[in-house]
Amino acid sequence: MKLTVWTYEGPPHVGAMRVATGMKGLHYVLHAPQGDTYADLLFTMIERRDHRPPVTYTTFQARDLGADTANLFKTAAQDAYNRFKPEAIIVGASCTAELIQDDPGGMAETMGLPVPVIALELPSYQRKENFGADETFYQIVKALAKPMERTKQITANLIGPTALGFRHRDDIQEVTALLSDMGISVNVVAPMTSSPSDIARMGAGHFNVLMYPETGESAARWMEKELDQPYTKVVPIGVGATRDFVAEVAALTGVTPYLDDSRLRLPWYSKSVDSTYLTGKRVFLFGDGTHVLSAARVARDEMGFEVVGMGCFNREMARPVRTLAKEMGLSATITDDYLEVERTIEALQPELILGTQMERHIGKRLGIPCAVISAPVHVQDFPARYSPQMGIEGANVLFDTWVHPLVMGLEEHLLHMFRDDFEFHDAAGPSHHGGHAPAASGSGGPAPRPADSPRSLPGQVNAGSVIWLDDAERELKKIPFFVRGKARRNTETFASERGVAQISVDTLYEAKAHYAR
Amino acid sequence: MTELPRLPSTGGCRDTPILKQRGQREVFCGLTGIIWLHRKMQDAFFLVIGSRTCAHLLQSAAGVMIFAEPRFGTAILEETDLAGLADAQDELDKVVTELLARRPDIKQLFLVGSCPSEVIKLDLAKAAERMTQAHAPRVRVLNFSGSGIETTFTQGEDACLASMVPVLPTDDQRQLLLVGALPDVVEEQAIGLLEAMGIGPIKVLPAPRATDDLGVGSGTVYALTQPFLGDTHDALTRRGARHLPAPFPFGEEGTTQWLAAIASEFGVAPELFEQVTAAPRARARKAISQAADGLRGKSVFFFPDSQLEIPLARFLTRECGMEAVEVSAPFIHKGIVGPDLDMLAEGPVISEGQDVDLQLDRARDARPDLTVCGLGLANPLEAEGLATKWAIELVFTPVHFYEQAGDLAGLFSRPIRRHGLLKLEAAE
Repeated sequence: MKLTVWTYEGPPHVGAMRVATGMKGLHYVLHAPQGDTYADLLFTMIERRDHRPPVTYTTFQARDLGADTANLFKTAAQDAYNRFKPEAIIVGASCTAELIQDDPGGMAETMGLPVPVIALELPSYQRKENFGADETFYQIVKALAKPMERTKQITANLIGPTALGFRHRDDIQEVTALLSDMGISVNVVAPMTSSPSDIARMGAGHFNVLMYPETGESAARWMEKELDQPYTKVVPIGVGATRDFVAEVAALTGVTPYLDDSRLRLPWYSKSVDSTYLTGKRVFLFGDGTHVLSAARVARDEMGFEVVGMGCFNREMARPVRTLAKEMGLSATITDDYLEVERTIEALQPELILGTQMERHIGKRLGIPCAVISAPVHVQDFPARYSPQMGIEGANVLFDTWVHPLVMGLEEHLLHMFRDDFEFHDAAGPSHHGGHAPAASGSGGPAPRPADSPRSLPGQVNAGSVIWLDDAERELKKIPFFVRGKARRNTETFASERGVAQISVDTLYEAKAHYAR
Repeated sequence: MTELPRLPSTGGCRDTPILKQRGQREVFCGLTGIIWLHRKMQDAFFLVIGSRTCAHLLQSAAGVMIFAEPRFGTAILEETDLAGLADAQDELDKVVTELLARRPDIKQLFLVGSCPSEVIKLDLAKAAERMTQAHAPRVRVLNFSGSGIETTFTQGEDACLASMVPVLPTDDQRQLLLVGALPDVVEEQAIGLLEAMGIGPIKVLPAPRATDDLGVGSGTVYALTQPFLGDTHDALTRRGARHLPAPFPFGEEGTTQWLAAIASEFGVAPELFEQVTAAPRARARKAISQAADGLRGKSVFFFPDSQLEIPLARFLTRECGMEAVEVSAPFIHKGIVGPDLDMLAEGPVISEGQDVDLQLDRARDARPDLTVCGLGLANPLEAEGLATKWAIELVFTPVHFYEQAGDLAGLFSRPIRRHGLLKLEAAE
């Protein structure tokens, strides 16, 4: 038994739903009690889908338990077939139905439905959502895909995108364009956009592009072995990774590597002088393994940030994340415990968090800016505009998204220069965050409260043990607010390491000199 | 007292045959109620003993994670708990001890049963009893079930309140008890009106804090503010309290009838009743007539969801001029919604429970001007050109009593108004 407040992943049957909902012509008959239908709203509300997920829930109740839940399942499966006429059906149990052991797979097999019926075994009390999606897709591919003659032209299957995926919709378009520029067309995109009959012709592709290892790796491995299709290992998120991806595809297929980078802006934006202020910004990364691995490389090599901590919530990706963290001189945080992530962030006090919606909330509480790089998703993660993470446009999107929560370079200098001016009250946040701008009244009025300084946060080891003298406190206030927290923390650490109990103006500047870089 | 409600001349819906179909039910489970109950009971923690699905539901229903460390959580059952390797009761003790150590502000702890805990027959009543002894007097531990195999959406609140009734101290003094978790502002309005009529003492269940001196006994009369409190109703009756049946306080008419039932019990003079209610009634009528402009003559179809459907259909048809096509509720308790059914004119299909696919067929055939349904159905129906009002907002928004009557009508008129406002096609 484990106390959980917020979860990064849903149960495995939600992963199966992500596969089914992304596909066409497939229906999922799920043995589950009535409350489990809440999962529909993930798709209809968060992703704004205009159709109900293709899922029939048996919705058994307590009174059915003593009677005949098995029959209820059969009726539901038959009704679902009659009504929706799918090309194939997947059947399984949610956590509660797993306990009553009705064996939906076995029952569905005996029903003689005229379409393939694929049984799913998703252990609800051991595994989670990503496993559920990966396993479901694997079972579907294993049941339907067959070796066959390759297409005459070189084609690829794009595998891994699902419903409710983080920017999967736009990544498909971007990767399709990358391949098209090299003269490679797409055979099948799966699970999202495909039907069972599309899955059946996946064998015609020359190779697979594994876009999201979280949801497609088992299928990729099976197809490598059974259909003799190699798959790509590089996930093209960021400039370097996109170039590597092009090289990898060229090596797999023998075509000439080609990348149209005429629309690529990240490298120049990163070199331009306004970006100097990004240098060495301390960032903390957290999310699913794939996005964190990619983001770490972009953060360090393409943005010039200092990665001070990283981790992932999906244990399946622990190994590569640990390896990369070690290379960066860090130890990875592998956990699905939201409170542990929060404690880690509190202790590290980064200047920017690249995380999930959960970390966005942590950042809000701690006054640390955050950009979202990974699922679990929120309605904001389905923007109306084209906003991929992968490829050329993906790199541009990363630059914008990550820089947006920070104070811009020139603006930072102006704020510093005019810090005593009432309109440039140091509580004024970035000008592009409208809500922060104080009203310019004659008296100045009560300024909006800036983010809490780290000192007032719990978990600060030094807080309270060192005293700030009045002069030093006044001097500290002259430092722009967006670096004041760091200055306070550094000074306190500096003081306590030297056994200094009182911080004077001198201590403040000694600490500044000590930490100068 | 005040004028009696004008009952439909063709007869109400109390005896209309109820359509009952058995199929997929597209509804939340009772755990959802924790989202609003934990805001109402400020020193309570709700610990669900369940699966990852339960935790995921709470998180999804809460929409966004507004509260860094909320006063609810899930003790997720793991393989070892199920295989009997770890005694689930010992494990639960461990979780609760840690939780209470970290949260000294907690005075009431609810152990909330879920589908998996019910199926493995984890005895939470026994656990609650044991923990109450272990943590008395600081924390009182109670249990109820919010499982989807036993409860539908708002029934979770009913189960929670019902679990509190047996442990209330006995108090036989004459008092009025208002039952149902309402937003504070709404609750204060109701109490204000009743006190102005000289009615008192007035208590509320749930009280905001465990220490509030709430007792119950033979002198207690109670009014329900929500139509889903059947078990709580029974539990209070068992404690000797007496129910004051009335239409529910939605809209001007519902609020007036609800207040009148209480006023009559307490012998309030008609002049005083009139004096207290005249101004807010007039305001409510005015507000409703403004908001209801777009609703008159429009048809409405209710999918079963929050259990508020019957009283709301009564409000929309009688005060906003809508025409009900179908009114369905997860379950129909005539002892509670009888007065509302009496006032709802015959005509609509009254249905209980659901086969969602068949019901969607009926809705598509009827093409109502407004469909009231859960979040899983709303966008798909909008995509088919049907205007919808998603029902969960009716539970989260202040909609009771006079001052909110206009807002309540507004919740329904906004989707229809929006349909008229949007011009997304070319001008030609």
